[in-house]
Amino acid sequence: MTIRIEYIYWLVGIWLAICAWHNLRARRLPMAAFWTVVACAFVFGDAIRAATAAGSRWPAQAMGAGVIALGLLAMGSSMKHSAAGKHTASASEPMGNRLFAPALAIPLATLAIVLVAPHLKPFGQPLIDPGQPTLVALGVACVIALVAALRTTRAPPGAALVEGSRLLDSLGSVALLPMVLATLGSVFAATGVGDIIAHVIGMVISVDNRLACLAAFALGMVLFTMIMGNAFAAFPVMMAGVGLPLLVMKHGALPAALGSLGMLTGYCGTLLTPMAANFNIVPAVLLELPDQYAVIRAQVPTALVLLAVNVILMAALVFR
Amino acid sequence: MNYWPLIGVAVVIAGFALKRNAVLVVVAAVVASAFAAGMDVGDLLALLGNSFVSNRALLLFTLTLPVIGLLERFGLRERAKRWIEGFKGLSLARLLIAYLGARQLLAMFGLIDLGGHAQTVRPLLAPMSEAAAARDVAFAKQPATVATAHESGAARELAADERTRVRALAAATDNVGRFFGEDVFLAFGAVLLIQGFYERNGIHLEPLAIALWALPTAIAAFVIHSIRIVIAQRGLRARAVDRAAPAAVTTVEAE
Repeated sequence: MTIRIEYIYWLVGIWLAICAWHNLRARRLPMAAFWTVVACAFVFGDAIRAATAAGSRWPAQAMGAGVIALGLLAMGSSMKHSAAGKHTASASEPMGNRLFAPALAIPLATLAIVLVAPHLKPFGQPLIDPGQPTLVALGVACVIALVAALRTTRAPPGAALVEGSRLLDSLGSVALLPMVLATLGSVFAATGVGDIIAHVIGMVISVDNRLACLAAFALGMVLFTMIMGNAFAAFPVMMAGVGLPLLVMKHGALPAALGSLGMLTGYCGTLLTPMAANFNIVPAVLLELPDQYAVIRAQVPTALVLLAVNVILMAALVFR
Repeated sequence: MNYWPLIGVAVVIAGFALKRNAVLVVVAAVVASAFAAGMDVGDLLALLGNSFVSNRALLLFTLTLPVIGLLERFGLRERAKRWIEGFKGLSLARLLIAYLGARQLLAMFGLIDLGGHAQTVRPLLAPMSEAAAARDVAFAKQPATVATAHESGAARELAADERTRVRALAAATDNVGRFFGEDVFLAFGAVLLIQGFYERNGIHLEPLAIALWALPTAIAAFVIHSIRIVIAQRGLRARAVDRAAPAAVTTVEAE
């Protein structure tokens, strides 16, 4: 038997459905509806993809309508964040540093599973899906850590679900932002937004000056990454528009150095944009910061200095 | 060329600038871009549904929330603060720079999801940073009595704006460490994406040749962000001294 990534997704779906149920019982109907729709994407995700592959479009269209409903539900003012639970002050004393063990079990068990997974082959089949080992390992590690946490605290399993769904509710629709933004990236790619931007850049720069081309490539990577929230989306567009035809073909840039440094230039843009919500907005909410752009503010000086260094590195290293 | 799909970009920028609900803004941008590109409703919904489902991995972090929530309920964050207070010489800068280096090195070996905002920053790194910063501030204010501050364990609580800065810096440190470590890892998506792009265009490259070019930037990122952490710590200390001075004067006047 192989633990496939789909099983982990189903687990997420069940977990989100439990959160929806908690909200339903508390009569927070918009929140309950919100998590129910998201849970559907996890529970029926495979079925939707299989149906699309088989040529049946209505399941994907229904999911698409669900995503639009999520936007409308998120807008509703009744999606109030409930305050995160405060711990009981003296509770940690008898437990002491043993509390760290389950928290550290998430990263350490992930690591251990990733390392031993290639050797685990009961009945001749890999135990962990070799396609997505880290994500599967993270999911399994969360289950292991949950069992460890319940044993350490001797709390009933229901308590973990209540505390977890309280945390999820305090994140609210922000938790979903990374997923919707990635969806936007796919839609931008499908509607040709990237090609248009590469086309515009090609029109404004003088293509005979290699430093002008390099600057356009670097700034394009940063700007496009900021718009898409993802350097991976910006890379193929900027490479196809500027990097490959102008820098590599015309000016003889080293492909390996240009690709690597170009991608890292895009990463400087990732540090600057609210579109990279999972890195920049979700932590601001998770850490209960009053300003949702506080993490970006903390990153701006590092990102700008590093961007300048990176462009200088490119100018020095990519041309033979 | 049809430039109208760019309207989606405009919707996103306007929506974020006006601080509308982000999920709504993004859904509106999707609809605007798709219609501007001439898609019909059926294609739009199918594209939206398929893309949404394909990006499910980004919500996997919510599986950590029951564990983290339960442990926090039993005082994990307070425990993390207490633990850091036990290390006498550990300043905010040393803690964050050590984390930055460790995060980069682990990411270079592909251990990217070892850290993260839900897994390590909220439950562990942020409270530890607060504890270290609180002691820095106490030391800056009253260097003479720092010994007693150490003995009593807790220094003092940070002011609200200081706490925000320290937490945001901890989150930023996690991001910088992750981003500028992972690209050196051979099997990481970015390296494979670069290799795949060139391969499709007839240029054959070894992944190692690509990954090694990420090293100079990784080193630069470590140096630059470490300097910024040190500057942030100095700023905290300097402001603590500024605040302590008028407070001392008023005490004297009151007497």
